[in-house]
Amino acid sequence: MMHTDTAPPGSAAPAFFVTDEEGHHSEGSTMLGFWLYLMSDCLIFATLFATYGVLGRNYAAGPSQKDLFDLSGIAVNTAMLLFSSITYGFAMLEMDKDNQRRTQMWLAVTGLFGIAFVTLEIREFVHLFHEGAPPWRSGFLSSFYTLVGTHGLHVSFGILWLVTLMVQVRKYGLVAANKRRLMCLSMFWHFLDLIWIGVFTVVYLIGVLE
Amino acid sequence: MFDNVNLQQLIFGRFTIDQIPYHEPILIGTFAGVAVVGLAVLATITYFRFWGPLWRDWVTSIDHKKIGIMYCIFAMVMLLRGFADALMMRAQQSVAFGDEQGFLPPHHYDQIFTAHGMIMIFFVAMPFVTGLMNFAVPLQIGARDVAFPFLNNFSFWMTVSGGMLVMASLFVGEFSRATWLAYPPLSGAAMSPGVGVDYYIWALQIAGVGTTLSGINLIATIVKMRAPGLTMMKLPIFVWSSLCTNILIVAAFPILTAVLVLLSLDRYLGMHFFTNDLGGNSMLYFNLIWIWGHPEVYILILPAFGVFSEITSTFCGKRLFGYTSMVYALVVITILAYLVWLHHFFTMGSGADVNSFFGITTMIISIPTGAKIFNWMFTMYRGRIRFEVPMMWVVAFIVTFVIGGMTGVLLAVPPADFVLHNSLFLIAHFHNVIIGGVLFGMFAGVTFWFPKAFGFKLDEFWGKMALYLWVSGFYLAFMPLYVLGLMGVTRRMQHFDDPSLQPWFIAAAMGALLIAGGIGCQIIMFVVSIRRREALRDHTGDPWGGRTLEWSTSSPPPDYNFAFTPMVHDSDAWWDMKARGFSPPRSGYRPIHMPKNTATGAILAGLSFACGFAMVWYVWWLAALSFVAIIGVSIFHTFNYDREYYIPAETVAREEAKRMRELELA
Amino acid sequence: MAPLAALSPLLTLMGGCNLVVLQPAGFIAEQQRNLVLASTGLMLLIIVPVIACTLFFAWHFRATNEKAVYDPDWHHSTQLEVLIWTAPLLIIIALGALTWIGTHTLDPFRPLTRLDAKRELPANVEPLQVEAIAMDWKWLFLYPQYGIATVNELAVPVDRPVTFKITATDVMNTFYVPTLAGMIYAMPGMETKLHAVVNRSVEAEGRSAHYSGGGFSNMFFKFRGVADKDFDAWVAKAKADGADLNQDAYLKLSEPTESEPARFYKSYAEGLYGKIIGLCTRPGQMCVSEMMAIDARGGQSGPEGEENYKRLQYDNHFARSGDEAPGATGPASGTGAHSQTQPQGMRPRPDMGNPDSRERKPDTTPPGPGSQPDVGGGKPGGNEVAPKQISQ
Repeated sequence: MMHTDTAPPGSAAPAFFVTDEEGHHSEGSTMLGFWLYLMSDCLIFATLFATYGVLGRNYAAGPSQKDLFDLSGIAVNTAMLLFSSITYGFAMLEMDKDNQRRTQMWLAVTGLFGIAFVTLEIREFVHLFHEGAPPWRSGFLSSFYTLVGTHGLHVSFGILWLVTLMVQVRKYGLVAANKRRLMCLSMFWHFLDLIWIGVFTVVYLIGVLE
Repeated sequence: MFDNVNLQQLIFGRFTIDQIPYHEPILIGTFAGVAVVGLAVLATITYFRFWGPLWRDWVTSIDHKKIGIMYCIFAMVMLLRGFADALMMRAQQSVAFGDEQGFLPPHHYDQIFTAHGMIMIFFVAMPFVTGLMNFAVPLQIGARDVAFPFLNNFSFWMTVSGGMLVMASLFVGEFSRATWLAYPPLSGAAMSPGVGVDYYIWALQIAGVGTTLSGINLIATIVKMRAPGLTMMKLPIFVWSSLCTNILIVAAFPILTAVLVLLSLDRYLGMHFFTNDLGGNSMLYFNLIWIWGHPEVYILILPAFGVFSEITSTFCGKRLFGYTSMVYALVVITILAYLVWLHHFFTMGSGADVNSFFGITTMIISIPTGAKIFNWMFTMYRGRIRFEVPMMWVVAFIVTFVIGGMTGVLLAVPPADFVLHNSLFLIAHFHNVIIGGVLFGMFAGVTFWFPKAFGFKLDEFWGKMALYLWVSGFYLAFMPLYVLGLMGVTRRMQHFDDPSLQPWFIAAAMGALLIAGGIGCQIIMFVVSIRRREALRDHTGDPWGGRTLEWSTSSPPPDYNFAFTPMVHDSDAWWDMKARGFSPPRSGYRPIHMPKNTATGAILAGLSFACGFAMVWYVWWLAALSFVAIIGVSIFHTFNYDREYYIPAETVAREEAKRMRELELA
Repeated sequence: MAPLAALSPLLTLMGGCNLVVLQPAGFIAEQQRNLVLASTGLMLLIIVPVIACTLFFAWHFRATNEKAVYDPDWHHSTQLEVLIWTAPLLIIIALGALTWIGTHTLDPFRPLTRLDAKRELPANVEPLQVEAIAMDWKWLFLYPQYGIATVNELAVPVDRPVTFKITATDVMNTFYVPTLAGMIYAMPGMETKLHAVVNRSVEAEGRSAHYSGGGFSNMFFKFRGVADKDFDAWVAKAKADGADLNQDAYLKLSEPTESEPARFYKSYAEGLYGKIIGLCTRPGQMCVSEMMAIDARGGQSGPEGEENYKRLQYDNHFARSGDEAPGATGPASGTGAHSQTQPQGMRPRPDMGNPDSRERKPDTTPPGPGSQPDVGGGKPGGNEVAPKQISQ
């Protein structure tokens, strides 16, 4: 048992309060809170993956993965996102050295890779529409567009966030608050990379090669 | 090129003036009532010049105590709406036999039961639970606020925004008729065209954002902000149950969000997730919604368990029996909550192996739950029980809840479920656990912590009257439903042919009237208590002989909760401090670092309401505009780096001196 | 005390009201009843002592009772901890065993092996086949062995096993005859099964137990357990008086209607059940089975694929045919938000002072309020269609 019995009255009283305390401790909580947010986001993706798993073969007598996907194009797309993760890593290394100019540069490169990724994805979707494969064509396409599109929306949101942070770093410098925010975005960005690896494997590789 | 564009549709979407039910007596009466009460409230606020304080001290407040109180007030207001629906259903079912059709035609009745279920779960039980956790958890762990105070305010206003969207459906258009879980294909665009299901979806999505964020917030608070010495195995049980609840929230609500997104994609873009045709699969919805839905049940009941634990040990003047096994029981329930979802659709033709697996896992949950009941029972054993109102709720709870638990386990036996599923037996069962468990717990909690929040106790006479009426009303309303279930009577019926059922329904309606009396007594209780507040005043901050840290500070606590962060040496920290002759320090105060109030949360929630409403009515320009505004305001908010301030030491000293005078008065 | 108090009205009224779940006529329902009672009994073993102890402790250890022991630090006892975890565990082990066995023996997909508790299934008996289809808002029963079909009336011979194949046309429903056996869902595009037998002559109600839209409350049918010779007469009568349920008649029948009178058909279109479950009852549609065969081959791209898309659309048939869907709300339904105006296919309710905001066809003659399906073979009028069905 963890707790002791009630102490007899008058027994020696230890300290019951802290007299020399630090301020509001939000720093550590932010990271934990953001982790928890990422886990909840992960569950949304898990649901979408599961949905794709259930509906991914329901072509409704329409086009299938083999008819639609171009693996080499997707490989380029994947490379864009993977590179962006590396460059974000460089930005964080520079941030640790408090080198604001280089941090900003690497962030910009990351953003460009991100934009390239989203642009390629939009091109792919336009192409699919032309192929007669809009999301309302079949259960497979509904779940495909939703899974990939949700990821794309996350990346787009990440880019918007990245731009905001670059403005803030420019305006206020690499202050503690901004470093914390860059850390959060970093987790978010790598998390999206991880999700994409799942998407690439489950949707594209298995879909085409099986 | 604008020849084909209908200007009205462009501006108003699918809204037309016909969608305002201005020629329907029930609605007009309701609207008039709401308008009169609303105007009265507005007039009162204006008369007492309360607008400024309301905005500064409440709407924009990031103080967890005020947010907790606002959650509870919101829950009580929505309880009136949800209960009005219940009364209408009971009245309809007690008269609509044979040639008599009652006063609610099916499509109105169907909206009422949908709204009743949805409102009671999402906008009564959830805000109640979140409110109590918000209020009590930081105080119990000796913290000055939650981990993310702004998010807390934002979560609250998002919940309100979702609730308002449901209320809007009363007067603009109509609500869903597709039951509280909106099962497809009935809730799909083809089978339920119109705004009802869209109101449902957007209300839940908006409120769901709030719920998920508040879950994250409270987990971070409990993990990171405990007072020194407060190790996990010394946490008050209410904090433990809050931790488990919030883990369940964070691990379940995203699934609800995702599944509702899929349903709205079906409805808005004609996709095929849950349709009958073109490769959709409606069974997928049943699985996903219940993977959220079953943990949701425990999200509601675990905090109530926590409340009962606190109250039992306080009013028995005794340590909680079996603390460790209580904690293990909570954790086991949390994990098992994810392994039982299929018991909600045994009758959908899963094989015998699958059904018996889920049936048995469901029964296993009753073991830790049973252990908790025993623990409360043995806490009473060799206690010195003071039967004040909160403790009376506990006894009412235990007796009622074990009956509900028994019928629940019965429903977990698949072949028994085959004859009882979708029947009034099932309705009786879940009302038995949700009223007898969750609501009783929330009422007990409100009575218990009210003096902490406002500095005076609630009137005991009216509290007891409310309790007697609620408990007897509950039994009279729901025991007949058990019997009706055994007579093979199905839920969601607007009309019956067999007149022999009528006496049972009339009894149930009488029960509902008793409960109405209970709610009336509760309203009177609040009014009487506020009027008699000086007589009911508690100067000590510890009116019940409390055991945990919230009772160590003044009532109501100052903005900063504790002038000095407490150090904890025992699981019943305050009891231990009292026993060892603790006396509050009278000098050496330091400035206290606190977060600043902000209006961003309320603004974002207002914009979300506009966005949701626009999406319901296909007013695309407004939806786009408000969405952009949401993003814009959020970004603007992040440019504010100046979010905290120091309460000067002198202010703290002044507040504490006031407290010392109070203590001497006591 | 309280559970007994709760049970007492139940026990005293056993004779007074029809607790059909506790007094069923079918062997399956009877075993399910037994399981309900056995489980309840098992649980009462622990529930009753808990309630009794709670009330006793609450009373005995009240603050005003000076004689009661007060031990504020007594909070742990290993023996009691073991007891409070093992006692429920033992009950659950017993219940779990019951559950495992019961779930497997009473699986609705499992063919019967006994007629009732005393009699084995005779070797030569051929089960009656019934295909049950939940429609908006009525039940269609096909008897493939006899070639007849009925609406809202289901007759089965006593002591002859019945195999139900169950599906639905548009939305989820539940096939539930309390006196015969437990319920099982009827789901569009999917098939469930139920094996059951009725052991005595009975006239009872069967219904949909899962909410399916506006006409749900009146979606019940007459269930009749009859002796063999009466069953033969019943079939013969349907053959003699009924009309033919051809494709047109079926499509007409599938429009939403409520409180349908019982109706008989001497024959029905070939492969009707397969088409219903394949979502291809309308001309030119592709059946789900064909779609699945194409999908199994890896789908179909190009213009043929686009052609298939048109042939596979099913859910939007209400909008296409100008009918109102079962769950329609405003503005799509055209009804006022909460008015007395009824959704399409439902009979008018007595006016409560609200205007009926939607125009009705003048030939809509409302049947008397609260009229039940006219059961009992009153008018087996073939494909006679109630006037309200012709509203569009």
